Amino acid sequence: MNTTNSEFEPKIVAFVCNWCTYAGADLTGTSRLKYATNVKIVRFPCTGRIDFMLLLRAFAQGADGIIVSGCHPNDCHYTSGNFHARRRWITFRGLLDFMGIDVKRIQYSWVSAAEGAKWADVVNSTVANIRELGPYTEYKKVAEYLDKEDYNG
Amino acid sequence: MSKIGVFICHCGENISATVDCERVAQELAKVEGVECAIDYKYMCSDPGQTIIKDAIREHHLDGVVVGACSPRMHEPTFRRACAEAGLNPYLCEIANLREHCSWVHEKGDATTNKAIDLVKMLVEKVKRNKPLESIKVPITKKALVIGGGIAGIQASLDIANAGHQVILVEKDPSIGGHMSQLSETFPTLDCSQCILTPRMVEVAQHPNITLYTYAELESLEGFIGNFTAKIRLKAKSVDYKKCTGCGACMQKCPQKKIPSEFNAGLGTRTAIYVPFPQAVPNKPVIDREHCNYYKRGKCKLCETACPTGAIEWDKEDEILTEQVGAIVVTTGFNVKGTDFFPEYGYGKYKDVITGLQFERLASASGPTFGEIRRPSDGTIPKKIVFIACAGSRDPAKGIPYCSKICCMYTAKHAMLYQHKVHDGESTVFYMDIRAGGKNYEEFVRRAIEEDHVNYVRGRVARVYEKDGKLIVKGVDTLLSGEQVEIEADMVVLATAGVANCGAEVLAQKMHISYDPYHFFAEAHPKLKPVETNTAGIFLAGACQAPKDIPETVGMASGAAVKVAGLFSNNELVREPLIAVVNRMPPPVFSTCVGCFMCQTACPYNAIEREEIKGRDGKVIKTVAKVNPGLCQGCGTCVAFCRSKSIDIQGYSNEQVFAEVMSLLNQ
Ligand SMILES: Cc1cc2nc3c(=O)[nH]c(=O)nc-3n(C[C@H](O)[C@H](O)[C@H](O)COP(=O)(O)OP(=O)(O)OC[C@H]3O[C@@H](n4cnc5c(N)ncnc54)[C@H](O)[C@@H]3O)c2cc1C
Ligand code: SF4
Ligand code: SF4
Repeated sequence: MNTTNSEFEPKIVAFVCNWCTYAGADLTGTSRLKYATNVKIVRFPCTGRIDFMLLLRAFAQGADGIIVSGCHPNDCHYTSGNFHARRRWITFRGLLDFMGIDVKRIQYSWVSAAEGAKWADVVNSTVANIRELGPYTEYKKVAEYLDKEDYNG
Repeated sequence: MSKIGVFICHCGENISATVDCERVAQELAKVEGVECAIDYKYMCSDPGQTIIKDAIREHHLDGVVVGACSPRMHEPTFRRACAEAGLNPYLCEIANLREHCSWVHEKGDATTNKAIDLVKMLVEKVKRNKPLESIKVPITKKALVIGGGIAGIQASLDIANAGHQVILVEKDPSIGGHMSQLSETFPTLDCSQCILTPRMVEVAQHPNITLYTYAELESLEGFIGNFTAKIRLKAKSVDYKKCTGCGACMQKCPQKKIPSEFNAGLGTRTAIYVPFPQAVPNKPVIDREHCNYYKRGKCKLCETACPTGAIEWDKEDEILTEQVGAIVVTTGFNVKGTDFFPEYGYGKYKDVITGLQFERLASASGPTFGEIRRPSDGTIPKKIVFIACAGSRDPAKGIPYCSKICCMYTAKHAMLYQHKVHDGESTVFYMDIRAGGKNYEEFVRRAIEEDHVNYVRGRVARVYEKDGKLIVKGVDTLLSGEQVEIEADMVVLATAGVANCGAEVLAQKMHISYDPYHFFAEAHPKLKPVETNTAGIFLAGACQAPKDIPETVGMASGAAVKVAGLFSNNELVREPLIAVVNRMPPPVFSTCVGCFMCQTACPYNAIEREEIKGRDGKVIKTVAKVNPGLCQGCGTCVAFCRSKSIDIQGYSNEQVFAEVMSLLNQ
């Protein structure tokens, strides 16, 4: 794995909830705060909706990093979806280890609708971290594993 | 093959200053399934929308992606435009090119490339969108209000005055709640009964309100607009059609020593009783637990006394079934008793009383006709100590929260005492004075400055009896830091406001949530204070947390507006972005394996069980089914389902998967 590579433009997908982080990222825009272009947002109703197998699929397809972000604890639009997501994340982390995926490739965070500046920070620091880690080349292993398990998305 | 139209907005220069919108359109035109790609200065303007509508008609588009500002701004605008041109509105998606791209990046290729990726992602999504119809749920325009305190009274009157039917259920023999027990009320010192009783009468006489006292909710089924409530009418043993409320029975009843709930235990009542003289309805019930006839089979003196033959000995509880569209829960609160405070006398000293008991002493309708007299010997106390925060803000007591009303009613009590006992001395021990509210701080200042109430900041460690006096030991933590010892004739504890006992059982019956202290939980601490997590069930008053009358009334009117708003339509129209469990032709029926993991995940109790039966009526399979009235579309269930049988419309597995793949394969 190559380390710092200034040429390398990481592909990062952000899985965010509609009510807090998506709105927070909107605020980053209205505040005209700048951040790296590498992160692209996929909108979900709630982090509770996010099937973490989709994260594996994303790595298998060549994502270098992933951000999962939703409402702060107790602020969930649906009261408890983010708690389910958090619990799932904790279990999932264990699984990542087992699959040989560096936990550092996933940034799990809470960004509220009022935290436009925090969203810019989360994006920029994630991009910097992933740049440091370099491109993710071992995804094929994951892909093979998934194919073997006949996972259908 | 899809025919998708792509429309890229310049947003004046907001997008085009950093994104090359023309190139975005050109690139998108090359994407498989894209029929046309157009860029324009202001897509949301009338001419912009016309471009979209014309393209839909001309190209027979089956999907639209608008690259513009955040969908949180104009998604409804563009969806409406699509609908006007005959395209199902849910076949339109917005790529956020402004907030998530042009405004946060510098001008350059990278920014334009990101814009292209974002639009492509939504093209892939829209290819998999399905036309959806908004969900329509019929509404029964009748409300159930549970609890007849001031909250329930206000909510019932407001809903009834908006022209809707209301059923008000109160567990006690009379409505009125705690407010009927109060003497005078802060911050104006107007008599509680005087402002309350006219409203109680109005409730009883309102043509749109059906009042059931001595009644409780037995069970609740259904969902917003369509609840079925079973109500238990407890046997009153008195036929209200015959009873005139003359009271002859009560005079004859030999059971005279039963502690009166209304007087917070300071007075007594009979076994056949009306809780207080202004009760609504003003007719008695027989408390079977204390009645000689029900206990020992002998007495019936009330029957002899009754001129109309209204006593019904064999009356049994009745269960009524009512269809209602919305529910307002207003079951109020309670206060801790003195026995919760061993350090302040274990509830063993008669002259250590609660604030609620003090209200009864100070009330003209109370056991002492408004004179402050000691429960032990009926003398007028010359020195009185009020202890604020008795239990509240004390994690060791399991009540870390502030009861909110005690600072104010303690100031009121001290003031009332000074007004009634001119040579009396009053001391208030407090932690902080929390008097946030209109005219509240001024009210407390008046107690201190005009009525010379002695305020000591500090906690009382102990209260004990010595030579007929109550010794109150505390520390003045504000000024001297020294021990304070007061010989008092009476001690009043501002005991913590707590949830009603059994509140959690009621919450479980209704499938609403409650907090660790058993107060009912609002749907959102800031933006949905009167809603619960269960659509169609609302909260008002002290059942949600301790609160004073103005706040209670405000909340009750708020809940009533929510109900009236709901009832202003014949059908409830909801966004169809909800979960569905798949259905298939026999013999599969559904891939759902009936594990009901989704049910444990759903915060809204929206998942039901459905039995699939064969021709012979035998159950073949039990599968999950989403109640569209309850589902809020969070999708938590989807991530839980291992067999991928439940999916959420608008954010389906197929759609989000396609989006992610699109981003990565570019
Ligand atoms: C000592 C004291 C002094 C106070 N002084 C003031 C004051 O001066 N000014 C002020 O603004 N506020 C004052 N308050 C606060 C005031 O009492 C409350 O704000 C008010 O009573 C709250 O009204 P509520 O209708 O929410 O609850 P409640 O008054 O508690 O009424 C609830 C009603 O619901 C009924 N109920 C309960 N459970 C059920 C059930 N399961 N089914 C059916 N019915 C049920 C109860 O019987 C009751 O009738 C004081 C409170 C106390 C304790
Ligand atoms: S029968 Fe019961 S309620 Fe009637 S008078 Fe006797 S004790 Fe009172
Ligand atoms: S989407 Fe959310 S609210 Fe709807 S059924 Fe699933 S978990 Fe319940």
